[in-house]
Amino acid sequence: MLRYILKRFLFVIPVLLGATLLVFTIMEFTPGDPAKIILGNEATEADIANLREEMGLDDPFVVRYVRFVGNMLRGDLGISYRNNLDVSDQIIQRLKNTMILAGAAVFIAVLIGIPVGIISAIKQYTIFDNVVMMVTLFLAASPVFWLGLMLVIIFALKLGIFPAAGMKPGFPDMFICLVLPAFTLSSNTMATIARTTRASMLEVVRQDYIDTARAKGLKESTITVRHMLKNALIPIVTMIGLSFGGLLGGSVVTESIFAWPGVGRFVVESINFKDTPSVLASVVMLSIFSTFVNLFVDLLYAFVDPRIKSQYQTKRR
Amino acid sequence: MFQSVRTRKAEIETAEAVNRDRTLFEQAWIQFKYNRRAMLGLAIIVVLLLIVAGTILTDLVTHEEVYNNYVVKQNLYMKLKGPSLEHPLGCDEFGRDMLFRILWGTKYSLLLGFCAVTLALLIGGPLGMIAGFYGGKTDNVIMRIMDVFMACPFILLAMAIVAALGASTVNLLIALGVSGMASFSRVTRAAVMSVKDKEFVESARAVGANDFVILIKYILPNSMAPILVQLTLRIGSSILHVAGLSYIGLGVQPPIPEWGAILTAAKVYMRDAWHISVFPGLFLVITVVAFNLFGDGLRDALDPKLKR
Repeated sequence: MLRYILKRFLFVIPVLLGATLLVFTIMEFTPGDPAKIILGNEATEADIANLREEMGLDDPFVVRYVRFVGNMLRGDLGISYRNNLDVSDQIIQRLKNTMILAGAAVFIAVLIGIPVGIISAIKQYTIFDNVVMMVTLFLAASPVFWLGLMLVIIFALKLGIFPAAGMKPGFPDMFICLVLPAFTLSSNTMATIARTTRASMLEVVRQDYIDTARAKGLKESTITVRHMLKNALIPIVTMIGLSFGGLLGGSVVTESIFAWPGVGRFVVESINFKDTPSVLASVVMLSIFSTFVNLFVDLLYAFVDPRIKSQYQTKRR
Repeated sequence: MFQSVRTRKAEIETAEAVNRDRTLFEQAWIQFKYNRRAMLGLAIIVVLLLIVAGTILTDLVTHEEVYNNYVVKQNLYMKLKGPSLEHPLGCDEFGRDMLFRILWGTKYSLLLGFCAVTLALLIGGPLGMIAGFYGGKTDNVIMRIMDVFMACPFILLAMAIVAALGASTVNLLIALGVSGMASFSRVTRAAVMSVKDKEFVESARAVGANDFVILIKYILPNSMAPILVQLTLRIGSSILHVAGLSYIGLGVQPPIPEWGAILTAAKVYMRDAWHISVFPGLFLVITVVAFNLFGDGLRDALDPKLKR
C-alpha cells in the first residue's frame, strides 16, 4: 500500500512540472514589458534596461522557467506588479480562504447529494424521485454566478438572513458568511453527486446478493449502507474527484460575487491589473491544489475498492 | 421518469430497429424518437435555433435597424424599469428592452458555446486519433501532455489564456478550445482504439490504403458515435463557460447582449432591479437543460449499440 502511495506521488511530479510550464508559457504571451509596467511611463530607456537586467528578463526562456520553479520551491512566487508586495504572502491567506470555501462546498454537496441520491434510487419513480430528478436537472444546468445572484437577492436582500458579501473572521461570523457562497458553489456538484449516486445505486439494487442479504433477515438500513452503498461508492467517489476541478473554477466566480477573499477573486483582480506574477502564481497554486486532490481521490479508491489494492499487490510480486 | 411509460408501438419499433438492416444513426433515431425527455430537449433547441434564425433574418431585412434601435440604443428615461406590458421583461441599466436583448443574445450564447466545443474537438480530436491509432511512444507523449492540460482547472486555464491574449470574443473561443481539447482527445483516443483492430481496418490495409486514408475513411466514421455524444453533452456546459467568463468580464464585451455579459450589470443593480438578473439566467438554465436532455438522449440511443 505504501508503495502504491509512493508511486502515485512520484507520478504527480512530472504532471505538476508540466502544468507550471504550461501556465508559464501562456503567460509569456502577455503583452507589455514588465519593467515598463513597474517603472511607469516616465522611466528612461536606461532605467528599463537596468531593471530588465536585474529581473533577469533578458535571459532565455528556459533559464527563466527553471529560475521560476526554483524560486517557487523555496516559496518565492515573485513580486506583484500591482503593489510591489510579495505574491506568496498575499496568496497563502487567500489559498486558505479558498480551501475553506471549496471544502465547505464539497461537504454540503456530499452531505445532501449522497442521501438524496440513495433515497431517490430506493424509491425509484415515486414523487420524491421525480422531484429530485427535476431539481437536480436544473441545478446542474444553472450557472454558478446566476444562482449566486438569486440566493443573494432572496436570502440577503429580501429576507436579510445572511450577509450579501464579505467575510468576517472568528467562529460564528465566518460560518454565517460562508453559508451562501458555499451553497452556491456546491449546487452543481451536489446535483451531479445526487444523480450519480442514484444511477450507481440503481445498478446495485437489483443484484442477487441484495436478495440474499434480505433473505438472511438483515435490517433494511444495514443492507442499504453496507451492501448497496459500499458497492455503489466507486462512481460516486470518481464524480466527487472529477467535480473538484470544476469546483475550483466555480470558486473564481463565486468569490467574485460574494467578495470572498480567496485566490479565485485574486486571479480576476490580477488579470484586470495585468499583474502577471500574481496570475501565474495563483493559477499554478490552484493547479497544484487540484492535482493533490485528484491524487487523494485516487488513493481513496484503494480504500473504497479492495480490488484496486489487491491488483497492485499482485503486480508487485 | 418518462422512460417507464413506453407504448406498445414504441417497443415493437425499437425492437425491429435493431433487427432490420439500418444504419447506426437510423436505429438511434428510432430509439431517440420515443425518449420523451430527449425530444423535449430537441424541441427547445429547435425553438432556440428559430429565435437565432429569426434575429439574424430581421437584421438582414431591416439592415440592423431593429438591432440598433432596440437592442443597443440607450434610453435613460426607461432605466431599470420593471416588467410592464410594453416591456414584458423590463429594461436594463441603460433603458434597453430586456426581451430584445435576450432574444438577440441567443445567437451569441448558442453559437459561441457550440463553436467553443467544436474548436476543442477540432484540436483534441486529431491528437486523440493519432495517439489511439499509433499507440506506444506517440500515444504516451500526447497523452502525458493532455494530462498536464487536465491538471489545470478548466476555467482557470481558460482565464490564463484570456489574460495573456486579451479579452475578446475570438480569444475567448481560443481559450475555451485549448482548455477543452484534453477531454476530447481522451474520448477520441478511446473510440479509435476500440475500432482500430477490427477486420475492416485490416482489410483496408491489405488493399494498400495508407494510414491517413485508413484513419479518415475507415476508423473515423466508425468511432463517430461516442465523439458526437461527448460533443452534444458538452455544449451545455460550454454555453455556461462562455457566459461565466463573459460575466467576469473576460469574454464577450459590451454592448453585445450575450446572456452572461447582460448578467455582469445585473450584479451592480440587483438591489434596485431584480428582473435584470432573473431573466437572462432563466434563459441560460433552460437552454443548458435542453442541451443536456438532448445529449443524454443521444447517449442512450447510441450507447447500447456500441456495446453490442
